[in-house]
Amino acid sequence: MQEFNTSFAIAADLIFSAKPELLEIVMLSLRVTLSAVAIACAIGFPLGGMLAVARFPGRGALILLFNTLMGLPPVVVGLLVYMMLSNAGPLGFLQLLYTPAAMIIAQAVLITPLIIALTCQVIGSLFLEYEEQFKALVVPPKTAAAALLWDARYGLMTTALAGFGRAVAEVGAVIIVGGNIAHVTRVMTTAIALETSKGELALALALGFVLLCLAMGVNACVLAVRAIGEKRAYV
Amino acid sequence: MSEGLLPLKTRGLCFAVREKQIIDQIDLTISGNDITVILGPNGAGKSVLLRLLHGFLEPSAGQVKWGGRDIDEDLRKRQVLVFQRPVMMRRSVADNIRFVLSLRRFSDRQERLEKALDLAGLKAQANQPAPRLSGGEQQRLAIAQAMVLDPEVVILDEPSSNLDPGATMAIERLIEVAQNEGKKIILVTHDLGQAKRVGNEIIFMHRGRIVEQGSCDNFFTDPKTPEAGAYLDGALLV
Repeated sequence: MQEFNTSFAIAADLIFSAKPELLEIVMLSLRVTLSAVAIACAIGFPLGGMLAVARFPGRGALILLFNTLMGLPPVVVGLLVYMMLSNAGPLGFLQLLYTPAAMIIAQAVLITPLIIALTCQVIGSLFLEYEEQFKALVVPPKTAAAALLWDARYGLMTTALAGFGRAVAEVGAVIIVGGNIAHVTRVMTTAIALETSKGELALALALGFVLLCLAMGVNACVLAVRAIGEKRAYV
Repeated sequence: MSEGLLPLKTRGLCFAVREKQIIDQIDLTISGNDITVILGPNGAGKSVLLRLLHGFLEPSAGQVKWGGRDIDEDLRKRQVLVFQRPVMMRRSVADNIRFVLSLRRFSDRQERLEKALDLAGLKAQANQPAPRLSGGEQQRLAIAQAMVLDPEVVILDEPSSNLDPGATMAIERLIEVAQNEGKKIILVTHDLGQAKRVGNEIIFMHRGRIVEQGSCDNFFTDPKTPEAGAYLDGALLV
């Protein structure tokens, strides 16, 4: 319990003193996670949208698959990406293992199914609303998909936020493919794991609070944008 | 120059859902640039018939021919269907019209946008979210959106149901404008007053069949069938 109390003070000190080591870790965490979210959204939004609108054999099975993959264990993803990027793996020649790029890949693999599944739900419900109009106006599928993605933008922000939440809190995959190397691949979660293993529980907890503040900041930004949308009745 | 869409003819048109026959062997001819009103009690199959005519639904049997041609994408682009409950995209009023305009190759989009806003009487609300408009305003926007595409035929499914007299009057004014522009109007309603006010030709439906078709004056003064007579007398037709 003592660690719990002191951790608040350490966390406050860490935040307000803005130590370069901490800033470096925070910036890397944000770079890795935001890049992974951007990649996952670039893949997941159009794929999820297509899955919501198109009707083809095996669609139900694909939706089931992506829904299941939302619960993909991070260590399994880490292991798979490790095997792909290791020297013996098919992408070993890229020499990405133990770099931030490998961590971005692992996080993107982890959250892409989540983004696809949630996008499918968001676009699916909007498509039900618009379907008659699109059919009556003979709207081409590509135009319909673009219109749906645009009109569902606030819902999709929440989807991206869910992806961010899962990626930023993830430790299993990034520690396998990143290796938690100081000044190279150390991010918030791996730093917390390291401090815990060293017995520095208060510091680990303080880092946890900082991570929570980070996630809260990003959430606040997205919720503010969503609130503006709601005010304009576009949600 | 493409062939005209009219006459619109159906032969043996049927539509069934499972065992239930919604539209039953309809032979119909619609022509002339006036207003044809499809009238009948609730559940008569009026809205389903409209959807079949537009090509929105596939018939179970029979044919729909516009100007002697089967329905295809090109034909469907030359006529517009406006729903009873119009779909408002989650955009501003102006952006809803812009979306519809983007579906065709018009060089004068801005002029068309302004004309549509003017027609719908929604210039002041151009930048407001369309889903926030009242029912009457949404219906006016939907009709103006349809008109902006310059269709040859405008198909309206109960455009003023649940609207107050003022809003209904505004809708009927829009219908008049469309007719004055030379567009054929096919309108579904179960409002006898509206049918009298705007209709030139009446098609009376009951239980998925056309019971009577003729001029508006003849229909209201001298109905030929007991069903039409009973309907005009205010009897409950089931």
